[in-house]
Amino acid sequence: MRRVAVVGAGLSLFMRRALETGKELSYYAASQALQSAGLRRQDVQAVVMASGPDAFDGVHMKGEYLSDGAGGWRKPYLRAYVGGGSGVFSIISGWSLVASGLFDVVLVVAEEKMSPTQPHPQAAFISIFDHTIERPLGPNLLWIFALEQNRYMHAYGIRNEEIALVSVKNKRNALDHPAAQIAAELTPEQVLASEVVAWPVHRLMVSPVSDGAAAIVLAAEEVAKRITAQPVWVEGVGWALDTSYWGNRDLAYPRYVEDAARMAYKMAGITEPRRQIHVAEPYDPFAYKELHHLEGLLLADRGKAPEDLARGRFNRDGELPSCPSGGLLGVGNPIAAAGLMKICELFWQLRGEAGKRQVHNNPKRGLAQAWGDLMQIGTVVVVGV
Amino acid sequence: MENQVAIVGVGLTPLRPVSPDLSFREMIFEAATRAYADAGVTPREIDTFVTVAEDFHEGTSITDEYTPDQLGAVRRPVHTVAGDGLQGLAAAYMLVRSGAADVAVVEAHSKASNIVHHEEILALALDPTYERPWRVNPHAVAALEMRRYLHEANASPEVSAQVVAKNRGNALRNPFAAYGASLSPEEVLRDAPVAEPLRGLEVSGYADGAVVLVLASMERGRSLAGRPVLIRGIGWASDEPSLSGRPWAQAVYAHLACEMAYRVAAIHAPADEIDLFEVDDTYAYKELQHLEAALRLEVGEGARLTVSGRTARDGELPVNPSGGSLGMGYGYDASALVRTAMAALQMRGEAGAMQVTGARSAAVVSWRGVPTTSGGAVVLSAQ
Repeated sequence: MRRVAVVGAGLSLFMRRALETGKELSYYAASQALQSAGLRRQDVQAVVMASGPDAFDGVHMKGEYLSDGAGGWRKPYLRAYVGGGSGVFSIISGWSLVASGLFDVVLVVAEEKMSPTQPHPQAAFISIFDHTIERPLGPNLLWIFALEQNRYMHAYGIRNEEIALVSVKNKRNALDHPAAQIAAELTPEQVLASEVVAWPVHRLMVSPVSDGAAAIVLAAEEVAKRITAQPVWVEGVGWALDTSYWGNRDLAYPRYVEDAARMAYKMAGITEPRRQIHVAEPYDPFAYKELHHLEGLLLADRGKAPEDLARGRFNRDGELPSCPSGGLLGVGNPIAAAGLMKICELFWQLRGEAGKRQVHNNPKRGLAQAWGDLMQIGTVVVVGV
Repeated sequence: MENQVAIVGVGLTPLRPVSPDLSFREMIFEAATRAYADAGVTPREIDTFVTVAEDFHEGTSITDEYTPDQLGAVRRPVHTVAGDGLQGLAAAYMLVRSGAADVAVVEAHSKASNIVHHEEILALALDPTYERPWRVNPHAVAALEMRRYLHEANASPEVSAQVVAKNRGNALRNPFAAYGASLSPEEVLRDAPVAEPLRGLEVSGYADGAVVLVLASMERGRSLAGRPVLIRGIGWASDEPSLSGRPWAQAVYAHLACEMAYRVAAIHAPADEIDLFEVDDTYAYKELQHLEAALRLEVGEGARLTVSGRTARDGELPVNPSGGSLGMGYGYDASALVRTAMAALQMRGEAGAMQVTGARSAAVVSWRGVPTTSGGAVVLSAQ
């Protein structure tokens, strides 16, 4: 199979309400990614776009609207879409463009502008539910993820104090991230003292509403080696979508994340993920999700990720640094852009360019994962140097 | 060396203006069942699934949530392309070509009858700052383009009416078509305009339906039951999204998409090497623009070809022998995949009464509709 590398990365600031349009945010991240690779728009043969539901902006066929800002003008331009998993899927889609042999240089852009939804984008999520069975109940994401956290805590006897530590770690890590929206130095007590939005989820255990964009440049092996001395190779990709009927599943364990991880590990030739993955960026839109996902990724035993966290295993200077960027809880959560931000972070970490965020274990291989839909999709990418 | 990729299974439901008895999931299930049976595969033998959908057409946000069950794709690699049917086909094609999958499925569907106000949904695709305040009806955007095309082509509105008469007549032979009719160009021209110079009969009618194609590497395809149709080349492109900056007479996106597909397929003289064309005809005049892209013609030459009658089903360059969207019905992004299915049946010699005798190669050209400037192209050939 044709080898594909990440050769450039760019990121806009993440913020609650950007004055820039989605086109402008896309342009900012895309041009920065191109600049970092020493390329111009005309060197790019195709563009992949990722963005969440059109309901946020109220723009139908949002991908078309964003196309010129993302650099897609008069180019093959494709919007791949798996809800919250779109950010990490966008690199998978871009990878397939290059791996297929159709293109040598592909720009991948992820944009999200949630702020146009007034008063709060959570209201837009009513439209993701089944129109007959679920919408009449008036659910929102905070409620259903609170259900899932509850189930996770109940199944393994986990306490909320243990989960609060995720917020503490990630928001602290984000203090070193120049694009971060809600970095903070907090104690677990402060997290648990924040108001309950849907029990057992407290406000400081939820990622914020954000606007932002991220971008990377992918290149085929022979081209990548000419562009940079430090290509970051895409070693494995995996994704899996579970049934739409989430009410029929045991929410204690994200089996679809395991399916996706196993697919990516197989492709990357990884047999012992806990030894062979050196830095991880699991998806953390809620504090419990990072732990839940580390278990699904086979990087922690089921129900034991909270113990690993408490003993420092996932700290930036720990055995397996997890969300050294600060994650969605610290940097922010412009949905699709947040997923690609995780790939950007791995790119910088593996090249030793992460500055104050640099992990200390000299990583050779990293993993990013995102999750979305109705607690349903896992997207996993393994990159290495 | 990359894999060669073939369509090894075709399944679709007949298109219908309304389908109150079926949900979109039931339609997809029916199309998938037919496609899998045609290819001789079970869902477990399929490595990856691609679905094509846009949230606002479905009335559901993150609409990919509702894709896996009816395809037999639960806990499998499934993703959605919020784009054209041919972009979905390209996504599946690339996964097979790269070697990541041996067998892939692409699905698209339309439940257009669930949309109460099409124009209002389409208007939401206009730039919210610069274009929406005009409160322009999307069909008027097409009418502007049609007027510019006819002007630069130095063609009369009659040629567009001729496209309608041809395509709806062709659809009478197509068992999947919803809008077959025997019409004369004069009758089309007598119809009331939607927005001058575009007449009601020049706008394709909406249709419901689902289509599923099974793709496989050529190597794997040979061991399957279905008759493989080779995907020789594929391409897609987007032009200027804003109304103010785009060229109006020429479909530049279609030219770029065709050039990419021809490059991949190593086609040098499309008029000689391609036996039939299925090109987007959401609005009748679009067939002329897209035909010009497919044949590398100047603005206006497509109109003259049509006037000469050479694009008839039994002409030397058959265009839309299926009846096109005007004859079959328009199902948004699913339309391109429906037309690919029609072309694949032609390549297999299984197109029945609409069969183009001796057709060995076909090109499909698509467009995402108003107000986009995005489209795709694919070249198929018989084995």
